[in-house]
Amino acid sequence: MSDTQHRPAATGEATPMVTISRLNKWYGDFHVLRDIDLSVARGERIVICGPSGSGKSTLIRCINHLEAHQQGEIVVNGIPMTNDVKRIEQIRRNVGMVFQHFNLFPHLTVLENCCLSPIWVQKKPRREAEKSAMEYLERVRIANQAHKYPGQLSGGQQQRVAIARALCMHPEVMLFDEPTSALDPEMIKEVLDVMIELAHEGMTMLCVTHEMGFARTVADRVIFMDEGQIVESAPPETFFNEPRSSRTREFLGQILGH
Amino acid sequence: MSAIARDTDEMLIASRPPPTPQGGVMYWLRTRLFSGPVNSVVSIVTLLLIVRLVWPVIDWALIQADWVGSSRADCTSDGACWVFISTRWSQIVYGFYPLTERWRVDIVLGLFFTLIVWLVMPRLPGKRAAALMALVGLPIIAWVLLLGGMFGLPHVPTRAWGGLMLTLTIAAVGIVGSLPLGVVLALGRRSKMPLVRAICVIFIEFWRGVPLITVLFMSSVMLPLFVPANVEFDKLLRALIGIMLFWSAYMAEVVRSGLQAIDKGQGEAGAALGLGYWLRMRLIILPQALKLVIPGIVNTFIALFKDTSLVLIIGLFDVLSIIQAGLTNSDWLGFAIEGYVFAALVFWVFCFGMSRYSQHLERRLDTGHQH
Repeated sequence: MSDTQHRPAATGEATPMVTISRLNKWYGDFHVLRDIDLSVARGERIVICGPSGSGKSTLIRCINHLEAHQQGEIVVNGIPMTNDVKRIEQIRRNVGMVFQHFNLFPHLTVLENCCLSPIWVQKKPRREAEKSAMEYLERVRIANQAHKYPGQLSGGQQQRVAIARALCMHPEVMLFDEPTSALDPEMIKEVLDVMIELAHEGMTMLCVTHEMGFARTVADRVIFMDEGQIVESAPPETFFNEPRSSRTREFLGQILGH
Repeated sequence: MSAIARDTDEMLIASRPPPTPQGGVMYWLRTRLFSGPVNSVVSIVTLLLIVRLVWPVIDWALIQADWVGSSRADCTSDGACWVFISTRWSQIVYGFYPLTERWRVDIVLGLFFTLIVWLVMPRLPGKRAAALMALVGLPIIAWVLLLGGMFGLPHVPTRAWGGLMLTLTIAAVGIVGSLPLGVVLALGRRSKMPLVRAICVIFIEFWRGVPLITVLFMSSVMLPLFVPANVEFDKLLRALIGIMLFWSAYMAEVVRSGLQAIDKGQGEAGAALGLGYWLRMRLIILPQALKLVIPGIVNTFIALFKDTSLVLIIGLFDVLSIIQAGLTNSDWLGFAIEGYVFAALVFWVFCFGMSRYSQHLERRLDTGHQH
């Protein structure tokens, strides 16, 4: 990590990975996030679901400041979020993100995609960065495609590269923003398998997804959001079997009903 | 067809062998030009028309032309008199550059063309060194050699420069200067900082709204009014700055169109990886945006190259105006066509070269392979 003043305060197991308190955000007049309180422990796996427009993507995008919030506090790995660019970049180095549409860099090969940030942000020597990137590509089972361009890969392969690219920064927490929503059905499994492995290795994960099977197998906690609020937050057992809120029941009925 | 075949197995149509490729000139002629009575008539009429129009030009320019000699007395045939060009050749290239110093121009031009070949040929190694040489080495060498006044080289004032060397100097400085400036302006126009954005918008809209001729006039007539009388501000230098600023405004809009075409997710992915603004632009956004607008950039380069001849209105003699000046020589009255055709050819060769190279570059940089 860098030599800046904000080292995570004595990384004890007790300090949460991400703390969000009284978070509020507006798009113009539209109140997207209302009084969000959320604490994510180290190694915790959280699945966030909810109807579209409920603010779930916006919430995780606030954690690495792809969206600016107007009220409340976010602390990531002991570093409080401010509007200071240096601080934001410092936080982003600890937070990996995987997008719905992969967002690989089409003008760079798979390997170059993975090495870009280690070389330019972490200032690693190219050799070392490539070696480490190949290990991660091996882990997502795509090392044999390392010298191809993203446009030559299938959606599932691209998303696995995107996961490897985020891991190359050795993040402390991974954010997944609907990672399987843009995939053809037959490719969803290969991406989920990689995510499940990652979860078993103890990575802290916040995952916006509608893959309820994934939530059941790996999540420590499932969060249901509606109209910018956290409506329900419970371990998967409780969440699926005895949801407290009627809105959660309705939502679960809709997505599990068929 | 295939859908039906798939639905009902018994109706499956046996696959046919692929059509055997038929070659030969006769086959090509029969299928492309003479595939029916109407097409045949159209083809013949068109061919006759082309021959009728093009033949006289070839006849005039090449077959009936006079190539060797030293004065108009050597032009005896009915065709073009290229003697006019060959006798004035050195002036067309060097302008009024002193005869004894022309080796300096030769070195610079030689280096210029060598570097271009080096940069353009994909097979030649050391592109980084070549680019560094072209962007840093060549300008310094050209400055020292062409202008002189140091290292014992006699000073050659820019008013003695002219012809092709002047055209290439203006075009090269304009091209090399306007692209980076245009990129900066395009980024500035998309900046979130209001002051930066305002400055860029005003700059771009000002230079884009003024004709180049006005810019050149202002640079040569108006600017001296604002600088102290004892400050010598070279006329060519003023024109170069004017041309650079003028074209950078156009370039900015071309580049901006490319920036706008890049998906927002690209920048977000870069940001999520911890890359700061300048690294994001340099490594992710600009490489894609610039590649996308190669046709627009080269289009602007070509326009810039051709508009270099406008410097004649402030008394600088580029290729075109030096040929034109030659035409007023009483020994060579009446050879305007040869002069202008040759000038056009010179411009065409350079512009066509740029156009071809841009197409090649687009193909080489294409990593799309999508859909």
